[in-house]
Amino acid sequence: MTLPAIFFYLFASVTVASGLMVISSKNAVHSVLFLILAFVNAAGLFVLMGAEFLAMILVVVYVGAVAVLFMFVTMMLDVDYAELREGFLQYLPVGVLVGLVMLAELVLVVGGWTAAGSLPVTQARAPIPTDVTNAEAIGRVLYTDYLLLFQAAGLVLLTAMIGAIVLTLRERRLDVKRQDITVQNTRRPSEAIEVVTPPTGQGIAEGGGVR
Amino acid sequence: MIGVEHYLVVAAILFTLGVFGIFLNRKNVIVILMSIELILLAVNINFVAFSTHMGDLKGQIFALFVLTVAAAEAAIGLAILVVYFRNRGTIAVSDINRMRG
Repeated sequence: MTLPAIFFYLFASVTVASGLMVISSKNAVHSVLFLILAFVNAAGLFVLMGAEFLAMILVVVYVGAVAVLFMFVTMMLDVDYAELREGFLQYLPVGVLVGLVMLAELVLVVGGWTAAGSLPVTQARAPIPTDVTNAEAIGRVLYTDYLLLFQAAGLVLLTAMIGAIVLTLRERRLDVKRQDITVQNTRRPSEAIEVVTPPTGQGIAEGGGVR
Repeated sequence: MIGVEHYLVVAAILFTLGVFGIFLNRKNVIVILMSIELILLAVNINFVAFSTHMGDLKGQIFALFVLTVAAAEAAIGLAILVVYFRNRGTIAVSDINRMRG
């Protein structure tokens, strides 16, 4: 067995096992941790397939951002996860049934292709160049042919950002002092300060002094 | 040499696990969101496997876009979840019926 095959079976088995743990773990925090493990191993699979840039993006975006977001929310919400698992066994048979049917169909599709020789290869419209790195090759295609889709993806992210902020921004408490620009600009020296001339040796009278 | 079929089988298993997870954790929205992430990861593996097999870079570009949408979806979903928890004090999906006509 060659080295890539060994690594493929390692990454694939760990990915599938941690995917199983994500959906069957009792603690939601453990689910997030197994999700991170699944993503890291999927990044390994991407590297094996020659998509280094996507592998690194997967680690940065999923492990660095999405999984940490999941972790924050899971730990922030004070939820009794044991209570949420009621009916776990009740839904198990239909879930197993649907899952097995779907898996059988998917494997049959792949098996049918394999039995008919190899998968068909069509003429590549954006062939993978061999002389540049994967990131540069993606950039060459992404910033030319797919520029509009790239900007649309940016708009999707902007919408998500605005939506998340609008949804979760809470009204502030009323007793917090806030800056009022109008009050600051209409402030006059006559109402802001008071000049007193205290008599010698008497001190300042009650209520006097600088306001 | 590992062929494209191996990657497709791995992706199929991951996809099935994601669907299975949605059925299994009917009450826990957080795990349902994580199952959706698993499904999208399986789709990405399929995209990249076919990209490598066909020698076409477009599959990787589309995987990048799927990743973008998945990140946006996770952010919005978790925001909705936090707001829902703030209002109701629970995240049980079976209780979400306020918009029933």
